[in-house]
Amino acid sequence: MTSAIQVHDLRKTFGHTVALDGLDLDVATGEIHGFLGPNGAGKSTTIRILLGLLRADGGSATLLGGDPWHDVETLHRRLAYVPGDVALWPNLTGGEVIDILARLRGGVDEKRRASMLERFDLDPTKKGRSYSKGNRQKVALVAALSSDVELLLLDEPTSGLDPLMEAVFRDVVREFRQGGGTVLLSSHILSEVEQVCDRVSIIRAGVNVESGTLTDLRHLSRTTVRATVARPVDAALLSGLPGVGDVLVSDDRVTCTVGGDDLGRLLEVLGTYGISALTSAPPSLEELFMDQYRTTSTATS
Amino acid sequence: MTALAVPARQSSAGLTGTTSLLRLAARRDRVLVPVSAFGLAAFVALSAQATFALFPDLESAQQGMASTLANPALVAMYGPISSLSIDSIATLKSVLLGGVFLALLAYVVVRRHTRTEEEAGRLELLGAGVVGRRAALTAAVLLGTAAVLLTVVLTVVWSIAVGLDAAGSVALGVSWLVMGLSWVGVTAVAAQLTSSTRGTAAWSLGALAVAFLVRAVGDTAGADSPARVLSWLSPLGWGVKVSPFGENRYWIAVLGLALYAALVAAAFAMLDRRDLGSGVLPSRAGHDRSPVRSAGALTRRLARGTLVGWVVAYVVLGLVLGSIAGSVETFVDSPQVADMLRAMGGDAGSITDIYFATELHFAAIGASALAIALVTRMHTEETTTRLESVLATPVRRTAWALGHIGIAIVASAVVMLVSVVVAGLVHGADVGDVGGTVVRLVGAALSTLPAVWVVLSVAMLLYGALPRFTGLAWAALIVFLLLGEFGDLLDLPGWLVDLSPFTHLPALPGGAFDGAPLVGLTLVAAALGVAGLAALRRRDIG
Repeated sequence: MTSAIQVHDLRKTFGHTVALDGLDLDVATGEIHGFLGPNGAGKSTTIRILLGLLRADGGSATLLGGDPWHDVETLHRRLAYVPGDVALWPNLTGGEVIDILARLRGGVDEKRRASMLERFDLDPTKKGRSYSKGNRQKVALVAALSSDVELLLLDEPTSGLDPLMEAVFRDVVREFRQGGGTVLLSSHILSEVEQVCDRVSIIRAGVNVESGTLTDLRHLSRTTVRATVARPVDAALLSGLPGVGDVLVSDDRVTCTVGGDDLGRLLEVLGTYGISALTSAPPSLEELFMDQYRTTSTATS
Repeated sequence: MTALAVPARQSSAGLTGTTSLLRLAARRDRVLVPVSAFGLAAFVALSAQATFALFPDLESAQQGMASTLANPALVAMYGPISSLSIDSIATLKSVLLGGVFLALLAYVVVRRHTRTEEEAGRLELLGAGVVGRRAALTAAVLLGTAAVLLTVVLTVVWSIAVGLDAAGSVALGVSWLVMGLSWVGVTAVAAQLTSSTRGTAAWSLGALAVAFLVRAVGDTAGADSPARVLSWLSPLGWGVKVSPFGENRYWIAVLGLALYAALVAAAFAMLDRRDLGSGVLPSRAGHDRSPVRSAGALTRRLARGTLVGWVVAYVVLGLVLGSIAGSVETFVDSPQVADMLRAMGGDAGSITDIYFATELHFAAIGASALAIALVTRMHTEETTTRLESVLATPVRRTAWALGHIGIAIVASAVVMLVSVVVAGLVHGADVGDVGGTVVRLVGAALSTLPAVWVVLSVAMLLYGALPRFTGLAWAALIVFLLLGEFGDLLDLPGWLVDLSPFTHLPALPGGAFDGAPLVGLTLVAAALGVAGLAALRRRDIG
């Protein structure tokens, strides 16, 4: 497995503000990689270093095998970028902007351009100043998808789209991957990440706090188990089991949380009390995200 | 849509909240309006006073002005003189020009509180509250009208105070009232037509330009030409026709008030028939494809509107310079003045040559302003983050910056050449030597360009190295201008005056040509520009 993006110990400060504090990131070729983190975590800074707009203070970044600061011309022919807050030229139409950006990148794929305009339901004859935020984002998305590239760098590309268009976006990104493309998708919309991403990286305060597939991350995180049992359970006994916590016993109901590796052991013990009903909820990405966020904030403070 | 377009029947005719909106608007304009009114009144009173001081008696004034007055370029600019009285001569330059400025003030005030507010979405906030549908337009029209009245009253009082004829001063007030109120009405209508502030500006200012041109054609037409009637078709023409200090036609106020009432009524009728946020005219669809294939072509495409405007302005400048040139010799017929001009403009050449040299240096300062405007567009592109989208393509930042510098170099040269070619044609036809005049002026214009390049490079260096201080390029240009204008007058040290690149320009046409300073300026410009590009290459974008 080759890497489309490899970032190691990346550092960047703006004045007294540390934006990146030794960030690691690895995006494999052909995957959709979710890039998560609270506001100000350093997601946009990372992407802007990868685009050669900012110069890193330390560490290394490799993009499609090249140096993002020096190999601008060769690298940018192979990638497209969609910012989160798209600014258009007020007196150019959406269609003009799509053509210009795609041509600067190396050429317009007419068939894709036409199909993307149709799928995103975008009117290309309106002037930049009259587009809404969502429509400006569509212009940037169509421009990015109308040229033939290997890598998409997307910085919160759907924050202004309606749910229907978000669905179109997810389809389009999946098709792009099926064609062999790689995507780095920074996002706040966790359901979107959950649905399209093969792997995710969660960063906070300029460092990577977790990377892996969603299954990996779930495994590391705690599952909530609710059971109805025939005989009363000794709460102290359950709490004593490895990996089990938050035990709550009321009458015949037991609720607790358990780490991924210790789920089997817990079920064995509960089984001896005669289980009549059982639910086990793996953490949603949102819980994962909050969980990672909380643990690191307590760890750092 | 049709359901929404039905006029809303509201209590108190949709005017609820007008007073609070008016108070808010007046508060936001509490500096703009009084300062403008004071400035316009001062313009009339002080220039009249200066004229009185310059020409102690009527005869000398008439002699001094006689040749100038008949010049069509001046009639086009200032309108025909109303009489040969000293008061009329003293206010020749301020009646029409001041009226145009008052129309501009009316336009700014009305637009600010109507379409600008609506486009920014603030009227939506207000509209959702307890403010009636017609309140914002009512408040804007009232405030615009008040601004015009304040300026008119202040100007009339001040004019009488400096000794201008009272009846004529009132007529001047009537003239300004007609022009100012007309643009309260024009702008109120323009704000209803399109859905953008730019559209409103285009309609209102476009109408102002058309009105000015229509009356310029009418005013300069021959005595028996049917084109003279054109002056009566323009509200600015009416302002001139009031003829302050001459005929004093007060009744023309009726024309102005009727137009004002009709336009304001039309604006309210349109307001009742449109949706909030939209305009009466549908917003125009643009092209869905673009032929642009390079970063340089994109920069040219974006600068197109600005360039067209500047070329038109410099054609007009050339026309004015060329047609006044012939009367300069007669205007400055005293040998002392001629000597003084010679001392200022260089050692040699005729008065006309010195006149051209002086004006071309001013034109070059204007061309430098164009160069700064084009170079500092880079900063705008960066702060709006549009630059990110461009630099995420295979475009190198130095190539992108060079595209801007290239356009600035070409555009500043083009406007200078356009104006001197036009001036050369006009003046050359006058003196019977078109070819020679054009060649001499083109040479003179080219010799000013190295100074323009220095200013351009200062802007590039600031943008490259200290992007937050890019705006200082304008301050530098103003300092250069002031050093040139007042350096000798204030007896400033030579090294300080020499900081301005314009100081080093040869006084062409007519003066001695020395290439060394031009080569020096070019080298300085190149060094500053390269330093700016190098800094841009190394720094963070955004």
